[in-house]
Amino acid sequence: MNSTENLTISPRLAKNFRRNFIERLIELGLLFSGIIAVLITIAILYILISEAIPFFQHVSIYEFLTDTVWTPNFSIKHYGILPLVSGTLTTTGIALVVAVPLGTITAIYLSEFATHKVRETIKPVLELLVGVPTVVFGYFALMLVTPFLQKIYPDLTTFNMLGPGIVMGIMIVPYIASLAEDAMRAVPMAMREGAYAMGATRFQTAVRVITPAAISGIIAAYILAISRAVGETMIVAIAAGQQPNFTFNPVESAATITAYIVSVALGDLEHDGIGYQSIFAAGLTLLIMTLFLNILGHIARKKFAERY
Amino acid sequence: MQKNQKPKPIRDLGLMRALIAKHKRFDSLFAILGIFVIASLTVTLLILFIDLVIDGYPRFSIDFFGNFPSRRAARAGILSAWVGSSLVLVVTFLSAVPLGIAAGVYLEEYAKKNWLSDLIEINVSNLAGVPSIIYGLLALGLFVYQFGLGQTILTAGLTLALLMLPIVIVSTREAIRAIPVHIREAAYAVGATKWQVCLQHVIPYSYGGILTGVIIGMARAIGETAPIITIGALTFIAFLPPSPVGLEAPFINFDWLNAGFTVLPIQMFNWISRPQLAFHMNAAATGAVIIMLTLLMNGAAIKIRYNIRKKIKW
Repeated sequence: MNSTENLTISPRLAKNFRRNFIERLIELGLLFSGIIAVLITIAILYILISEAIPFFQHVSIYEFLTDTVWTPNFSIKHYGILPLVSGTLTTTGIALVVAVPLGTITAIYLSEFATHKVRETIKPVLELLVGVPTVVFGYFALMLVTPFLQKIYPDLTTFNMLGPGIVMGIMIVPYIASLAEDAMRAVPMAMREGAYAMGATRFQTAVRVITPAAISGIIAAYILAISRAVGETMIVAIAAGQQPNFTFNPVESAATITAYIVSVALGDLEHDGIGYQSIFAAGLTLLIMTLFLNILGHIARKKFAERY
Repeated sequence: MQKNQKPKPIRDLGLMRALIAKHKRFDSLFAILGIFVIASLTVTLLILFIDLVIDGYPRFSIDFFGNFPSRRAARAGILSAWVGSSLVLVVTFLSAVPLGIAAGVYLEEYAKKNWLSDLIEINVSNLAGVPSIIYGLLALGLFVYQFGLGQTILTAGLTLALLMLPIVIVSTREAIRAIPVHIREAAYAVGATKWQVCLQHVIPYSYGGILTGVIIGMARAIGETAPIITIGALTFIAFLPPSPVGLEAPFINFDWLNAGFTVLPIQMFNWISRPQLAFHMNAAATGAVIIMLTLLMNGAAIKIRYNIRKKIKW
């Protein structure tokens, strides 16, 4: 046996080794890019919680959840999140009143009534509507919708929750329409054929067969749209006013959680002041609300996907 | 519908025809309703666009694009805003696109089905649902204060990159998923490594789909306002950041990354918030510019996707 022969590595083996090494390195690099998504989530939670902790050392959670006045930046300070939550819920509610019927009708129409060609032309238009920046929608709410509403109801103030709520509804129609349509189209053809064979009309099939069959998918669409509306910022910051106001009356002006964050950020932020910390407490509340909704929507969607 | 009542069999042919006609009427009524709803949505979009153009029309001129914002509405322009938007988008593009494509490729081509890939997947879909203003708070706490980057172009670009990342990842994955397995098998059969298969086959073939996602993400980044306000970006900027390209060696400098800035939607928001009507005109003109940019980009993305669907060869 010649021992030197064992020690030399064949060039082919060396090349393979280098090649495998580079492959490994690339895989690690790609994995790292994927892990960034996890890191971002951790960073969001870390920042919001760590900045909100000093706030909650100053303000008890009980006061935060029950006080009906929110004035962290005034001389008499109150720290009740309820006025911001009421503003958020009211605008979201108005948006839903507009978006749920319109979105559902659009989805049913696109999925069950429209021909292939019509669908292919309408869907891009809806996608364009999704692409409109929210600051432009805000302008629309303040300059067009509110003045129009004032003609019908003259007592309406310049800043109110009704106008931005309606505009927000228009904004989320495409989300509901496209998600609900996906759900309806996923219902097996056999169910439609069965209904038609029994003599049902298109409308009967759509309303009594397809909609119940796709209901968990449609509800998922609603929930995700609610989450969108809750987190929407610019429309309400521009047109609903920035004064916290504990009311569910849509004709009054009120700030949402998001509008409050914007109004504080627009002023001079004193780092480590209570005002600075309060926007993180508000942000944490918002994150918990949307997270809850997103998980709920995810469960509904999964339930739907399991059925078909 | 009476639920507990058995419908009586109809013997009369005329009655039956009337019943069918009644039900059919609902069909056409609903079809009309559907068309009406969709038409009113489209008309809303048109009214919005036309109103912006009409309101802003008197302000469209070379000066509007070449002037800094000013206390006098008639002399104010969007020079610093469009320059700022462009530079911020450069940062966003350079950070979000490579990362997003890499993560998408990892999840589709490399990831084994285990807890780690599940975790990444859940996080990606979750991040897509986080409100944009939360990203602003993250950037304020992390980039501005913890990393000490300040309210700069770099901070804003990275913030928007966080927002854009899930869009790029999702569209990359969808595009890759559409490529049939036999393309990969053919490449492996002639001895390609996994990365060679990805780089030379999978990524080039899914190029169109990825591009669609990138354009949609960029269009969203242009119009995104809330996170940039949250990081505390100034709204009155009457200067330009240092030029990225210099006349002397080394010809490129990165000082602009640390410069203060404003972007188009912030400029628009600033003008809307003023009480004077003249400034609202400026806001409308800026809005028309933003909406034209985003509509053009989204239109291009839709067109690309349509072309891919038509051209698929497998």
